[in-house]
Amino acid sequence: MGVRELTYGEAVREAIAEEMRRDPRVFLIGEDVAEAGHPFKTLLGLVDEFGTKRIIDTPISEPGYAGIGVGAAMTGMRPIVDVMFGDFITLTMDQMVNQAAKAHYMSGGKIKVPIVFRTTLGATRRSAAQHSQSLHAWVSHVPGLKVALPSGPYEAKGLMKTAIRDDSPVVIFEDKMMYRVKGPVPDDDYTIPFGVAEVKREGRDVTIVATSSMVDVALGAAKKLDEVGISAEVIDPRTTWPLDKDALIDSAKKTSRAIVVDEGYERYGVTAEIASVIADGAFYYLDAPVKRVGAMDVPVPFSPVLEDLTVPNDQRVFEIARDLCQKK
Amino acid sequence: MTTQTIEPRMELEQHLHMYRQMAKIRAFEEQVNELYKGAKMPGLAHLYVGEEAVAVGVCEALRRDDFITSTHRGHGHCLAKGAAVHRMFAELLGKEPGYCRGKGGSMHIADPETGNLGANAIVGGSAGIATGAALSAKMRGSDQVAVCFFGDGALGQGLLYESMNMAALWQLPVIYVCENNLYGEYTPGHETIAGDILARPRAVGVHAESVDGQDVTAVFSAMRKLVERARRGEGPAFLEAKTYRYYGHHVGDVNREYRTREEEKEWMTKHDPLQTLATRLMQQRLVDTETFDRIAADVKTEVEKGVEYALAAPYPSPEQVTEDVYSS
Ligand SMILES: Cc1ncc(C[n+]2csc(CCOP(=O)(O)OP(=O)(O)O)c2C)c(N)n1
Ligand SMILES: [Mg+2]
Repeated sequence: MGVRELTYGEAVREAIAEEMRRDPRVFLIGEDVAEAGHPFKTLLGLVDEFGTKRIIDTPISEPGYAGIGVGAAMTGMRPIVDVMFGDFITLTMDQMVNQAAKAHYMSGGKIKVPIVFRTTLGATRRSAAQHSQSLHAWVSHVPGLKVALPSGPYEAKGLMKTAIRDDSPVVIFEDKMMYRVKGPVPDDDYTIPFGVAEVKREGRDVTIVATSSMVDVALGAAKKLDEVGISAEVIDPRTTWPLDKDALIDSAKKTSRAIVVDEGYERYGVTAEIASVIADGAFYYLDAPVKRVGAMDVPVPFSPVLEDLTVPNDQRVFEIARDLCQKK
Repeated sequence: MTTQTIEPRMELEQHLHMYRQMAKIRAFEEQVNELYKGAKMPGLAHLYVGEEAVAVGVCEALRRDDFITSTHRGHGHCLAKGAAVHRMFAELLGKEPGYCRGKGGSMHIADPETGNLGANAIVGGSAGIATGAALSAKMRGSDQVAVCFFGDGALGQGLLYESMNMAALWQLPVIYVCENNLYGEYTPGHETIAGDILARPRAVGVHAESVDGQDVTAVFSAMRKLVERARRGEGPAFLEAKTYRYYGHHVGDVNREYRTREEEKEWMTKHDPLQTLATRLMQQRLVDTETFDRIAADVKTEVEKGVEYALAAPYPSPEQVTEDVYSS
């Protein structure tokens, strides 16, 4: 057993391969997932090991194969449904939200839907408004779905394995800008429990809650804050549902200030929910209102000069945190 | 292949015009590839090289006020419908004078002035839009026609069949033009399309036919009949144009492992749309090679000037990022 450097994409692939070896009921279905190994190359080689019966290429029929996944999950299989871009969950919504999410409850607990929807989030790839959104808040809103947001290679493997073993529907959003990012990943069979936040960096003066792509941004901001004598704690919830409310509240109680950073549209989003959880749970300990930093409330523009303005960056988080800390 | 004969005079003018349009599209796309290779264009682009006869033959049969909806592989459609080269380049570079003020980029060029309701990055995403434009034409009592361009990949999307069903029920003036280039991304059509393509529209009562998409004369004459039919209120039609893209799925797809070099060569040498038309016109002794050289030189200049203009054009200003989200 050891720890190697893997890319985020390799970590995803390793998780899926290990789970497919362990459990013959696991299969993967989606567009260009077999020989092509996925447009992002994350699934390269899986078809060689598992064949086209378990790595299934589909027509461009997202609602159809998502539904096929739900039916297979109800009847003894454990599908991973691959939705190439997070923007395309708009097409699979009915199957995710009205079918997969509700079957267990509506059947009084008789029907299980152990399915994983694997998709992406993240802007700045210069892909414009229909290929750049971070729509994880939409599904986090729906009772019956669990939502995981891996923030690095270690999380990408551990959360994917947990998702595959979970008996409920899970939607996992990978940051498409992070596929080539490297990090230490154990080669053993570890999992990361859902609903357990991780403190990425301890601090005393301000808590920065950050998800997925924004964890690195928060860590960058924390470094800058260090230089001006502000000690920031960075905490990654890892799943938006289940949500580790206690960990977030405890951190805010300790530092007395909190900022929430997430790449979804700022309004009605993940930042709002988490800010409210903290405001509620840590109210008497807070020295300042909880701040939210999300993506700008505009469709993602193509032009790089505009697109870069729409996503939070470390400088902006740094400035907000610095201002917050001076507001004694 | 050269069974089509060309009637002198007017038809010659028209054919030379179509040749010029195809040559312009090809030169434009070759330049886009250069921009990509020189790292001057943000993001990716899906080139139309090889498929020129489809867009040109179809749009030649349309009036300026007729509508089209386009796809991710849309530059050819936009140009054939009358878009200007320099503003197309400006959009591809994310510049302010681009057709969408730099907000859309390669996959979203829209130009209502020429009836172009927009390219679409969602495969099959415009089937409803084109059908709705046809409904609107009918409701407004205009005799406009709408054309929906889409690839063979979009045959997987349910929206297409829902739309065709309604178009047939309500006898709408819409023509579904399927650009069958044998592949959807990296997967061949025979792995994703069951049964007979034309049987699908026919099942819902939509008139359907196939045409050699490499022969602009054939595309134009097939299309002219379908457009006249639609204008007379005789309802929707489906035209399958058999074609081939010379480059990869997008500019970054250079290895093309999913198809053979022999297959590519076969299409490029025996079914090239420009060559096919040029040969026909020369065999009938209607023009000489100098005519084509002159056209090639003209479009080269137009493309060079266009790209120069776009490279020098300004980026949008930062305030523009929040403009255009709503109409008022
Ligand atoms: C709904 C949706 N699913 C998947 C994609 C990713 N994608 C972009 S182009 C493409 C292939 C389209 O093939 P086809 O319609 O045949 O057009 P072609 O590229 O061959 O012109 C795919 C799968 C997408 N853009 N939209
Ligand atoms: Mg195709």
